[in-house]
Amino acid sequence: MKNIHVSTTVNGDEVEFVCPPNETLLDALRDRVGLKGAKEGCGTGDCGACTVEMNGEIVCSCLILGAEAQDAEIKTVEGMSTGDALHALQQSFIDNAALQCGICTPGILVAAKTLLERNPDPSETEIRYWLAGNLCRCTGYDKIIKAVQVAAADMRGA
Amino acid sequence: MNFPAKTKTDFKVVGTRVARPDGVDKVTGRALYGADFSVPGMLTGRVLRSPHAHARIKAIDISAAEALAGVKAVITSDDFDVPEDDFLRDVQDNCIARGKALYHGHAVAAVAAKDAETARAALKLIKVDYEVLPHVTDVDAAMAADAPVVQEGRADESVPEGCGPNVTNFHEFGHGDLEAGFTKADLILERSFKTEATHQGYIEPHACLATMADGRGDLWCCTQGQFFVRELCAGIMGMEASQLRVTASEIGGGFGGKTTVFIEPLALALSRKSNRPVKIVMTRDEVFRATGPTVSSSTDVKIGMTKDGRITAGDAQLRYQGGAFPCQTVSFGAQAAFAAYDLEAVRTQGWNALANRPKEAAYRAPGAPVAIYAVESVVDELCQELGLDPMEVRLKNAARDGTKASYGPTFDQIGLVATLEAAQAHPHYTAPLGENQGRGISCGFWFNFGGNTCVSLNLNNDGTVGITEGNPDIGGSRASISMMAAEELGIPYDKVRTVITDTNSLGHNDVTDGSRVTFAVGLATIEAARAAIQVMCRRVAKIWGIDEEAVYWEDGYAKPSGPNAGNFDPMSIAEIAAIASETGGPIAGHHEVNAEGAGVSFGVHLADVEVDPETGATKVVRYTVFQDAGKAVHPDYVEGQMQGGSVQGIGWALNEEYIYGEDGKLQNDGFLDYRVPVASDLPMIDTVILEIPNPGHPYGVRGVGETSIVPPLAALSNAVSRAAGIRLHELPMSPPKILKAMMSKG
Ligand code: FES
Ligand code: FES
Repeated sequence: MKNIHVSTTVNGDEVEFVCPPNETLLDALRDRVGLKGAKEGCGTGDCGACTVEMNGEIVCSCLILGAEAQDAEIKTVEGMSTGDALHALQQSFIDNAALQCGICTPGILVAAKTLLERNPDPSETEIRYWLAGNLCRCTGYDKIIKAVQVAAADMRGA
Repeated sequence: MNFPAKTKTDFKVVGTRVARPDGVDKVTGRALYGADFSVPGMLTGRVLRSPHAHARIKAIDISAAEALAGVKAVITSDDFDVPEDDFLRDVQDNCIARGKALYHGHAVAAVAAKDAETARAALKLIKVDYEVLPHVTDVDAAMAADAPVVQEGRADESVPEGCGPNVTNFHEFGHGDLEAGFTKADLILERSFKTEATHQGYIEPHACLATMADGRGDLWCCTQGQFFVRELCAGIMGMEASQLRVTASEIGGGFGGKTTVFIEPLALALSRKSNRPVKIVMTRDEVFRATGPTVSSSTDVKIGMTKDGRITAGDAQLRYQGGAFPCQTVSFGAQAAFAAYDLEAVRTQGWNALANRPKEAAYRAPGAPVAIYAVESVVDELCQELGLDPMEVRLKNAARDGTKASYGPTFDQIGLVATLEAAQAHPHYTAPLGENQGRGISCGFWFNFGGNTCVSLNLNNDGTVGITEGNPDIGGSRASISMMAAEELGIPYDKVRTVITDTNSLGHNDVTDGSRVTFAVGLATIEAARAAIQVMCRRVAKIWGIDEEAVYWEDGYAKPSGPNAGNFDPMSIAEIAAIASETGGPIAGHHEVNAEGAGVSFGVHLADVEVDPETGATKVVRYTVFQDAGKAVHPDYVEGQMQGGSVQGIGWALNEEYIYGEDGKLQNDGFLDYRVPVASDLPMIDTVILEIPNPGHPYGVRGVGETSIVPPLAALSNAVSRAAGIRLHELPMSPPKILKAMMSKG
């Protein structure tokens, strides 16, 4: 099986890697690009721990091939903060204790960010449905929903 | 131990909501979990698992796999010695089958190869000659006299004559005259219940990275107890504890399920054989098939009650199936079943049975949720039949200080009555309900553990403090430990950094389970701080040239104890640290303890549900948790435990279950078919923390992590019975089952 050469953009940086044609984007990001923020919780698209943004849409990177990232624009949790300034969502997750073990957190942050970019003032129900693809087994979601609401208000300048 | 007679009640740091020290790492993706470690030259390990529920392994041929290019090692049970110790042998045999595959998913061989693809290809080349045997997966079928025998001769001496071949142990607790109790009752209800096994469902699959060469090993893994992993793995590998260093990664959830080993010995053996580092990461289906779900249960409960709501007697028989290896889980269930009640006559009997399923592992208050589900359901049905208020009845019968618990001890300070009263007074209890809605209430109980704990506290030269402890931080314990150290020393929280260390750098610590960490590690931390304070006071006494007793510690300063001691300016911790080398050298405090005095904890849950009459689907519309934390060191994390446990319990009550086919194979080994609650399934989870101090801890702390999963099962069942007018006696209450019950009622 011949490996494939991929040129892509990850968190604004141009990146090249070589991967087998059947390697997932998740594995490519973790093992070739060296970004371990996205996690594999299921490998079947059911848990959302591997969520990254690809060309403006959230995707389960375990369901996408690394080869599909050619010429794409990928964003991961590692690209959320600027220098040592955390994204409002990241800060809010810490302030509102929205993580316990933290394994689901990178995926949830990426998903929540895309929600707030589309809808700066989502209702509780909208947040719950937007995040329905991201399992969190620790928190019962309560504090996660609140953290997203607080971050949304912050970002609106409310 | 030298605790103040009264537990401390005024706090500066404890009880505040400080930011967790690992927060930034975890929101930026920097934190390293089990699967995130790698080292140069590392191989990928993968495991071959039994496709049968029960089969004799007649032969395994690994030659073709070994010959595949890129394969560096293949192992079977032949690569391990048989440990003499029964317990260790069971752990090892669960990691890799010896002679017989005991459940669908049981590991039979493992390979290490240059990459995952080669490893997968190698697994396909391993030829196993199986003789398929009859199997049993249902708990009642497993208890039967003519059941297929899972393992020969595993019954211990507690098992009464006449039990089936799979019964491994028997437990009985209680006191009083049952018969006399039942004669006093106006109504006696006898009900039988069944619950299916559920999985802890942590989002992080098990992962480890092992290096083993020259008889020495290093192991990185996601675990709730690096010291226990060392003990198990060193025993299995036949090496001394000193030669194996285990480091715990960040852990992506455990809930009790990461308290033992599954892949770690395999990785070590593959590394020994290949002479290369080996990493194994489980896939999700492996997690479901071959790690620890809970027991499944079958229970009979009989309770008598007077017209005015006094329980006159309670009797329960609990049968738990805990998979293919003996477990003790039913003893917890049998002890917990009636713990919330002050009863004159009570008895619980419990049997553990083997079945062709993965061995159960702890899951938050192991054994208690299903026992209390059965008891709380019958109590509720009695209230319904007698037209009594379920809260009043629970208050009337509630265990209180001085109650002789059903399982033997006499309760010290407990918070059940206060917790019930808080629930009764809460607006939720009297809020109006809509159409097809019903409200359920349930009590819950868990013992909480203490156990072996060792903490080292070091004063740095600038007066800041480093704490080394040995329990992985699952839910924010590093913050709580730093807070207690800061509190005791009288310094700001951010002057303390707590790290979780490997097995070589600290004395033994028990597994992070039993809600023990904030209690026991906290207690040891406070004592370590007190030891350091003593050293600091001694040093200052030397400088001032006065008696050690004439120096006392307050808010981060050593001070002379009064005018008689002399007139000296207080010395800060930073000043003391700065000149430590001139006063005798580095300053530290250690504490080692087998902590006793963990306070039991009670919770009361209120659940409002709406049952759709068309589909039988249940939606939770309002949920409130009341729980006694003793002292909430970090209220956010206490609330988080209460919310998270409740939602796991809601999943257990409504939807989660292990489904086995006739063929004994697990049908739903992924998150698509084993569906845990998602954000859109749930409302916000309201919490009320009560603080009835535990006299066994200097700050009054009790464990809080587990109690919250105990009440939801019954709370939901009781709510459904009121919303839909039907009562199921089995879990989960999935839509088809509810619909069927509603339709047959007409
Ligand atoms: S790992 Fe991709 S969705 Fe679970
Ligand atoms: S914080 Fe552990 S899974 Fe979400």
